[in-house]
Amino acid sequence: MAKIEIPDAILVNKYIDGDENSLAILVKRHQSKIYGYIYSKVSDRDLTEDIFQDTFFKVIHTLKSKKYYNEEGKFLSWVLRISNNLIIDKFRNDKKMYMKRDTEEFSIFASITDNSPNIEKELINNQVDIDLKKLIQKLPQDQKEVLMMRYYSDMSFKEIADITGVSVNTTLGRMRYAIANLRKLIEKNKIYLTS
Amino acid sequence: MAKIYTKRKLATKKMLPKKETIRLILQYSCALNIVKMGNMSFDTIAN
Repeated sequence: MAKIEIPDAILVNKYIDGDENSLAILVKRHQSKIYGYIYSKVSDRDLTEDIFQDTFFKVIHTLKSKKYYNEEGKFLSWVLRISNNLIIDKFRNDKKMYMKRDTEEFSIFASITDNSPNIEKELINNQVDIDLKKLIQKLPQDQKEVLMMRYYSDMSFKEIADITGVSVNTTLGRMRYAIANLRKLIEKNKIYLTS
Repeated sequence: MAKIYTKRKLATKKMLPKKETIRLILQYSCALNIVKMGNMSFDTIAN
C-alpha cells in the first residue's frame, strides 16, 4: 500500500493552529536538504549546525507570529531562503577574516607578524612616557588635574567636574587648553613623541 | 560466477543535523508563545 504523505502546506497550517507534531514532521522531512545546503556553503559542521538551528528558530518565530509567511506550497524554498540569508549575514560579519593558503611562492609565515613591542620599541615608548609626564608637570594646575584624571585615571568629564567642583563645560575648556598648551610645549622644546 | 567490475557508487551519506539540535528546535517551538496586542507582539518562552 502506498504511503500517503501529508503536503507541507497542510502541515504548516496545522502547526500554525498549534499542532507541534507537524513541525517535527516538517523538520524530519526536510532536514537533510536544508542541512546539506548549508554545509555546501559553509563547509563546517559546527557552523552548519548553528545556522540550521537559527534557521528553524526564525521559521518557528515567523509561523507562530502569523505575520509574514504566505504558504503557497513552497515551504522548503522559503526555509532555504532564510538559511541563505543567515549564511550571507555570517559571511558579512566574518569578511575581515580572509583565508590564505600556503604555497611554494607564498609562505603563510611571511604575512604573520608579531605585533608585540620589541625591546627597542619598549625603550622608545618608556622614553616618550617620561617626556610626556615632564611636559604635563609644566601645565597650570587646573589643566594638569583635568588631563591626569581624564587620561591616567580614565574618568569621565562629568566625574571630573564633580570632583573639581566646576561645570562640565569648564572641564572641557580646561582640557582643550591643556592639549593646546602641551602642543606648544612640544614645539618649543622640539620633542619628538612618536614611537 | 562472474565478478562484477563496476565501481561502487560513491554516494555520500545523507547529511543530517545532530539529534540534540533537532530536540532543541522542537523544544524551542513548544516553549515559544507569541501574544499579539494591537500593533505589538510579545514573545514568551516557558521554562
